[in-house]
Amino acid sequence: MSEARKDDTILDVKNLQTVFFTNSGLFRAVDDVSFNVRRGETLAIVGESGCGKSVTALSVMRLVPDPPGRVVGGTVTLEGTDLLSLDEAEMRKIRGNRMSMIFQEPMTSLNPVMRIGDQITEVLRLHQEMTSREAWAKAVEMLRLVRIPEPDRRAQEYPHQLSGGMRQRAMIAMALACRPALLIADEPTTALDVTIQAQILALIVDLQKTLGTGLILITHDLGVVAQTAQRVIVMYAGKKVEEAAVEDLFENPKHPYTRGLMASMPAVISFGAKTDARLNEIPGMVPSLTNLPPGCAFAPRCSLAIDRCRAEYPPLQEVDGDHFAACWRAAELVGAP
Amino acid sequence: MTDQRPLLEVTDLVKHYAVRGGVLRRRVGTVHAVDGVSFSVAKGETLGLVGESGCGKSTVARSVLRLVEPSSGAIKLNGTDITGLSKAEMRPHRRSMQIVFQDPFASLNPRMTAGDIVGEPLGVHGLATGRAQQERVAELFGQVGLRADQMKNYPHQFSGGQRQRICIARALALGPSLIVCDEPVSALDVSIQAQVINLLIDLQRKNDFSYLFIAHDLAVVAHISHRVAVMYLGRIVEIADKTELFANPRHPYTQALLASVPVADPKAKKLAPMIDGDVPSPINPPSGCAFHTRCRYVMDRCKVERPTLVKAGGQHEVACWLNDGTGRAENS
Repeated sequence: MSEARKDDTILDVKNLQTVFFTNSGLFRAVDDVSFNVRRGETLAIVGESGCGKSVTALSVMRLVPDPPGRVVGGTVTLEGTDLLSLDEAEMRKIRGNRMSMIFQEPMTSLNPVMRIGDQITEVLRLHQEMTSREAWAKAVEMLRLVRIPEPDRRAQEYPHQLSGGMRQRAMIAMALACRPALLIADEPTTALDVTIQAQILALIVDLQKTLGTGLILITHDLGVVAQTAQRVIVMYAGKKVEEAAVEDLFENPKHPYTRGLMASMPAVISFGAKTDARLNEIPGMVPSLTNLPPGCAFAPRCSLAIDRCRAEYPPLQEVDGDHFAACWRAAELVGAP
Repeated sequence: MTDQRPLLEVTDLVKHYAVRGGVLRRRVGTVHAVDGVSFSVAKGETLGLVGESGCGKSTVARSVLRLVEPSSGAIKLNGTDITGLSKAEMRPHRRSMQIVFQDPFASLNPRMTAGDIVGEPLGVHGLATGRAQQERVAELFGQVGLRADQMKNYPHQFSGGQRQRICIARALALGPSLIVCDEPVSALDVSIQAQVINLLIDLQRKNDFSYLFIAHDLAVVAHISHRVAVMYLGRIVEIADKTELFANPRHPYTQALLASVPVADPKAKKLAPMIDGDVPSPINPPSGCAFHTRCRYVMDRCKVERPTLVKAGGQHEVACWLNDGTGRAENS
């Protein structure tokens, strides 16, 4: 890691471990995951349902429901502060202020009986010394910033009066109101139509550039990753299996799971491709976290698996400059899938 | 694809819902869910129907199966108009059309075993009972990639992808000629999505039935369809051969839709939204061309006169006033 990069780091997560205690036993939702986010950088976390991407985000926010979940290991450092050692009152001063989060379904995150303007005002007055008049003016300014037309009028409205895209814009306005160093967006556009998704993604990337916010974008959509991120983490069954700069990852994926994901995506422009051409599928399904195989969790679905994969978990190794993969055979994989 | 009489022919399909309000529940408005839609599906063909939420694509699907009663229009299956048929008269036709829904968690009875779910239509139509039914179900399980010993399991014991396979097996049970797929892979993870899409393609190759395939994911539709129709606010705005539509879209809405899909290639960054604003409400759809409120190339005529689908070369049809009603070539 170069010196410049170290100085710029706003979030540093090391060996994070989050477990859940359930009736069917203990499972490791996040198992030894490390990453960092720099100022103004977008880090994408990709994976399928149950891979631990959302729990990673909730662990960073200290929002994992306890019980049944608990962060049992590792460190989370935001702007030099060790978040895992803070008590709840101290955490509240950081959430919504130094870091905030937006979710997939804006309607469930907004208070249905409070005006949009009041909800943003609430955040501002909680974290900053402001009169209610100043806070309201700032709230309207935030709505203008996220390009909501007629922000003065919209601030007076309730969430149900806004469309899905507008609600997500209001959520972004609220999340960014205190100019946080870090924004976590968990599938922010999954519930939206594709034309609205394009609007919201462009907005997030644009604001992030203007404000210098670090962004963690959690998604299952490799298209969204390619269009927004600078660095990417691929997760599978609670573990980080690959990390690389976005161009590297798409040009030269090193983990068979990443390669499988890319190959199983139908491409929009399939000119000349025969309609009945088969997609490359990954056989089988994601294993249950309570019953993981001893070696690599992906081995049962992997066409390249050898005996060693089934016996020993491959450590995350640097396979190329700044490109990490947890696979015994990563070095043999060259080029796009 | 054959040039015989189409398997399914839909003409001027309209479905309006009343919006009621006030104490007397008087009609205060009308939702124009589907507003004059015509298309046909040939034997062995897949017609993809794409559009954003609220464009009416699911209502079209349900009307075709007469799960909702169309307000007007004609639906012909194998040459028979099924719009006016009574419940009893519909029954023999029900065998030839089946549906697979989006959510495999909501569309399977949790108290029935997977085998009973797939066998039920055989019993209802009196095609097979007892031992014969069991054998047929086992065969169907094999066709969709499930094991016969899984027949005694209940839906909750299956994963999302496997549940969708059960739904497909149930749809196949009666040997239909048309299967309507309403967002069949939207609830599934990417790696499982590919498995189900491949299964649907394989089954069509073997059985030669037609799909009416509804999805919001353009990549999925592009992959599985032969022809694609694009819907906006209850109307088809463009319909063409798959390759033609994606290579040479002529309606500004189709162009914006295609440009909005994030491309999985970091070197092709292009995050520039092509259209602003939201889809207008179908309760009071805009006059003229429904897209005129968001269209970059809007002309006066678009605001007053509703464009109809016209041929813009070959089998490519578009409803747009630009260039004398043939739409806009993308690189013009």
